[in-house]
Amino acid sequence: MKSFTYERATSPAEAAAKAAKTPGARFIAGGTNLLDLMKLEIETPPHLIDVNGLGLDKIEATDDGGLRIGALVRNTDLAADDRVRRDYGVLSRALLAGASGQLRNKATTAGNLLQRTRCPYFYDTAQACNKRAPGSGCSAIGGFSRQHAVVGASTACIATHPSDMAVAMRVLDAQVETVKPDGKTRRIKIADFHKLPGTTPHIETALQTGEFITAVTLPKPIGGSHVYHKIRDRASYAFALVSVAAVIQPDGTGRVALGGVAHKPWRVEKAETDLPKGAKAVMAKLMADATPTPENEFKITLVERTLSAALMDARA
Amino acid sequence: MKFDTPATTNPIDQLKVVGKPTDRIDGPLKTTGMAPYAYEQHEAAPNAAYGYVVGATIAKGTIAALDLSKAESAPGVITIVTADTAGKLDKGNFNTAKLLGGPEIEHYHQAIALVVAETLEQARSAAGLIKVRYTKAKGAHDLEAIRTTATRHKDSKDSLVGDFAGAFSAAPVQLDVTYRTPDHAHAMMEPHASIASWEDDQLTLWTANQMIDWGRGDVAKTLGIPKDNVRLISPYIGGGFGGKLFVRADAILAALGSRQAKRPVKVALPRSFMFNNTPHRPATIQRIRIGASKDGKISAIGHENWSGDLAGGGPEDATQQTKFLYAGANRLITTRLAVLDLPEGNAMRAPGEAPGLMALEIAIDEMAEKLGLDPIKFRVINDTQVDPENPARPFSQRQLIKCLHTGADNFGWDKRGAPGKTRDGRWLTGMGVAAAFRNNLTMKSAARVKLDNKGVVTVETDMTDIGTGTYTIIAQTAAEMMGVGLDKVVVKLGDSSFPVSAGSGGQWGANSSTAGVYAACVKLREMIAKSQKFDPAKTTFADGKVTSGRKSIDLGKAAGASGMVAEDFIEFGDLGKTHQQSTFGAHFVEVGVNEVTAEIRIRRMLAVCAAGRILNPKSARSQVIGAMTMGAGAALMEDLVIDKRHGFFVNHDLAGYEVPVHADIPHQEVIFLDETDPMSSPMKAKGVGELGICGVGAAIANAVYNATAVRVRHYPITLDKLLKDMPQIA
Ligand SMILES: Cc1cc2nc3c(=O)[nH]c(=O)nc-3n(C[C@H](O)[C@H](O)[C@H](O)COP(=O)(O)OP(=O)(O)OC[C@H]3O[C@@H](n4cnc5c(N)ncnc54)[C@H](O)[C@@H]3O)c2cc1C
Ligand code: SF4
Repeated sequence: MKSFTYERATSPAEAAAKAAKTPGARFIAGGTNLLDLMKLEIETPPHLIDVNGLGLDKIEATDDGGLRIGALVRNTDLAADDRVRRDYGVLSRALLAGASGQLRNKATTAGNLLQRTRCPYFYDTAQACNKRAPGSGCSAIGGFSRQHAVVGASTACIATHPSDMAVAMRVLDAQVETVKPDGKTRRIKIADFHKLPGTTPHIETALQTGEFITAVTLPKPIGGSHVYHKIRDRASYAFALVSVAAVIQPDGTGRVALGGVAHKPWRVEKAETDLPKGAKAVMAKLMADATPTPENEFKITLVERTLSAALMDARA
Repeated sequence: MKFDTPATTNPIDQLKVVGKPTDRIDGPLKTTGMAPYAYEQHEAAPNAAYGYVVGATIAKGTIAALDLSKAESAPGVITIVTADTAGKLDKGNFNTAKLLGGPEIEHYHQAIALVVAETLEQARSAAGLIKVRYTKAKGAHDLEAIRTTATRHKDSKDSLVGDFAGAFSAAPVQLDVTYRTPDHAHAMMEPHASIASWEDDQLTLWTANQMIDWGRGDVAKTLGIPKDNVRLISPYIGGGFGGKLFVRADAILAALGSRQAKRPVKVALPRSFMFNNTPHRPATIQRIRIGASKDGKISAIGHENWSGDLAGGGPEDATQQTKFLYAGANRLITTRLAVLDLPEGNAMRAPGEAPGLMALEIAIDEMAEKLGLDPIKFRVINDTQVDPENPARPFSQRQLIKCLHTGADNFGWDKRGAPGKTRDGRWLTGMGVAAAFRNNLTMKSAARVKLDNKGVVTVETDMTDIGTGTYTIIAQTAAEMMGVGLDKVVVKLGDSSFPVSAGSGGQWGANSSTAGVYAACVKLREMIAKSQKFDPAKTTFADGKVTSGRKSIDLGKAAGASGMVAEDFIEFGDLGKTHQQSTFGAHFVEVGVNEVTAEIRIRRMLAVCAAGRILNPKSARSQVIGAMTMGAGAALMEDLVIDKRHGFFVNHDLAGYEVPVHADIPHQEVIFLDETDPMSSPMKAKGVGELGICGVGAAIANAVYNATAVRVRHYPITLDKLLKDMPQIA
């Protein structure tokens, strides 16, 4: 770990402004991802801005019947919120499928969206990795790639986004509210928030330097049956091999997003029109142009089967 | 005391204290954080500086240039140890690669430097400033690719009996299959850790080590100093599983760092080093051939095993159990070793048998199916009460059949369905069974027993407690022998200034070390009896008193004002040669396999063990359920993945190397058969700590097969290996 300076922000706008002032500065929320990365010198921020005291830990109703989730709301609290459990079950289930009780007590809504990949080569600073050290190459290509992306990957990076929560947020059409260093606020659709790797896998989100997340909003509830299936080798405390988040209406229409298959929560809206026809029909568009490796092509079968069962369950 | 005739009745047989499910006497210290582990010996070694290890980042080659300048001038840095500053270092008898590399690099994360600084953070940060330039050399990283170059290691003995080839080809029913087990990490909770302190030329090391005397010898040899100048202290150890049988880089680098810094230095290996810096259980390729008559009698059994290690290393002998487990007149059992440029392999819980049974016990299941026999029946038909290679040697005890039948009754084995035919909602369920087998090893073990004038008995031995319950069973042994309650016994372990014990390894620790305490207590009893002019043969020790006829005296009084001390050891004669001594068991497992995703979830597990006298059923049960859990990991998830281009284990943290969590292990039961083995020691005990893992993997694999009708022969059994054969989902 590199030595760093530390301060506590007093307002979101001030946090953003301060972050812009010191190149490489990072906000620290729960710290459950950032601190690990700092110990391994994968992240080496010279300055940390603690955003825990900003009062952004509330879940409030919005005027249009949705919810505004403060950026610092802990994963445990969000999963347990009555409104979330009633109206956004997919989100509650996704959260509870993630990490462990202790981690969820610390992990925050914004931090979860911004957690970084679990690619093992990203974690070993002796190995080439375009995400960690742009231009150094990608060790996972031609290496151990069982967990890696099967869609939307590039020749520069085949990493996946590891979040469960973000997959549910994507299926719910959440929006990310931010404040920039100049004090201006904006809303970013979750669809546009996470990036595909392309030639710049180190750029993972639409956030600009210093831009600070204040909340995530959910539109008004859409009803339907809410499913989150997370598939993993052990029964708990493991990242998803694949996960399927779906909201299925009684008539068989609905939405579906995937985790563990791409550099971002994966959703293809035009594939969803085929949902009433079953999983096989959806797969053609959902997984079009898939580029699996021999080690992870099973993920495609796994998605299809899981989705198929989810659709059957929802209709039953 | 030499143990060379079968044990007869002795004071242990009273079973007033021994054999009781006593809570661990070190438990409260551990649950309250009062037991100082190696890295926490702040009081014993105050003012320690912190060392951080730098590991090589190539698999093989040399260091072309090492630039320490930035690190040396970083804040807080006291000194940096490298091969250049360390002076001449030898290599320990139990090490394959050097513990401090450079200029030659033998494996990934081989230590090449230790940065010593005032704080851990300073040391770690400075370590990141060291610049290394390597010249890489080509190496062999893929066992499969170099398997044909493998040779017989000098210590490996082929077992060639009769005419295997002829008998196999003539057998009406044949099986010829190859299995693969991957490299495994010990993944114990406490990383390797040490604090070193020098006083003149005397080195004290507080270290996490299972084998104090081996460790002391190897520290001395590595540093080129007399063994007498080294003291090892290791009272509490947070797990080892074989990973701490040997001195590792933490101990040697702490010693070198402390010598350079001229003050105590503490070093813990970072978690990632557990995978590439310290040893692991090597991967195996195992070809098994079985030929049998139509009624299930094995006529030919072949087990060929391949593993790899660094030059100078040893094999993972996965054929060990096959030499003894089943009858069969014609036998071909061989182990071959290839040279691999990966981190060194070495012993991990039940070396040999653990991976060997993962293969053999699937093969038995496959063969039983071919024969149309229940797999328990097939095993019973081929049971042997003598060493199949040398029928003149009987087993000292062998209750394998009883383990299998007891297990079957308790588990509800008769409810097992045909493969792929039982379901519970979305889950295909199945049951599997496997035999458990682990040889019983015995080791010379010494102890010192003191009796003071208050009647308190203190045992001192360099034996270790790696979380297994040694403190407790030694206390129980001494209490039984001296006729006192556990509250009157003090046990001191893990210090090389104490008599040399068997140490903790190869599941020999419990039996051998308590037998050593038994020997010392026999001597002390004689001393006490003689001091009272009692006939030792007619003297009894009970309720804190020593009694002969109508004369009785409190032990404390008998000890006299200055107390009494006796020291002795147990050593073992030829009973292990005349009799094959082994431990047996049967594992039963029920799994569910999700028909949609092929996720495998264990539903319940049962182990039935026949392993001599169980000294403490509670700690023994803990050993067995822990081992079953480890076996579940090996079956379903543990896999050190090799990057064959760069020659290292890629998933070098506990996020990437998955071991079971609570949710994976819903229900476990253990049954111990009533057994005493008078051939094993005066304790009539054997070991269970390794037996518990033996066969578990295959029982799970067989249950997965029973659930799905899909046979996976390449561990770990992960869902991707089942998926394409799972039922259609409409
Ligand atoms: C062992 C382990 C297992 C895990 N398993 C899972 C799992 O199964 N599924 C899963 O989804 N996750 C899992 N996680 C990840 C966990 O969910 C994340 O670590 C957590 O959500 C991160 O939240 P945090 O508040 O601790 O973020 P931090 O570590 O504090 O921050 C993460 C990043 O977000 C930035 N940041 C934080 N807040 C803001 C803000 N308001 N505005 C802008 N930037 C911000 C930080 O600067 C940093 O770059 C696991 C983590 C661990 C350690
Ligand atoms: S997949 Fe991405 S994160 Fe992993 S090594 Fe390649 S570039 Fe780095």
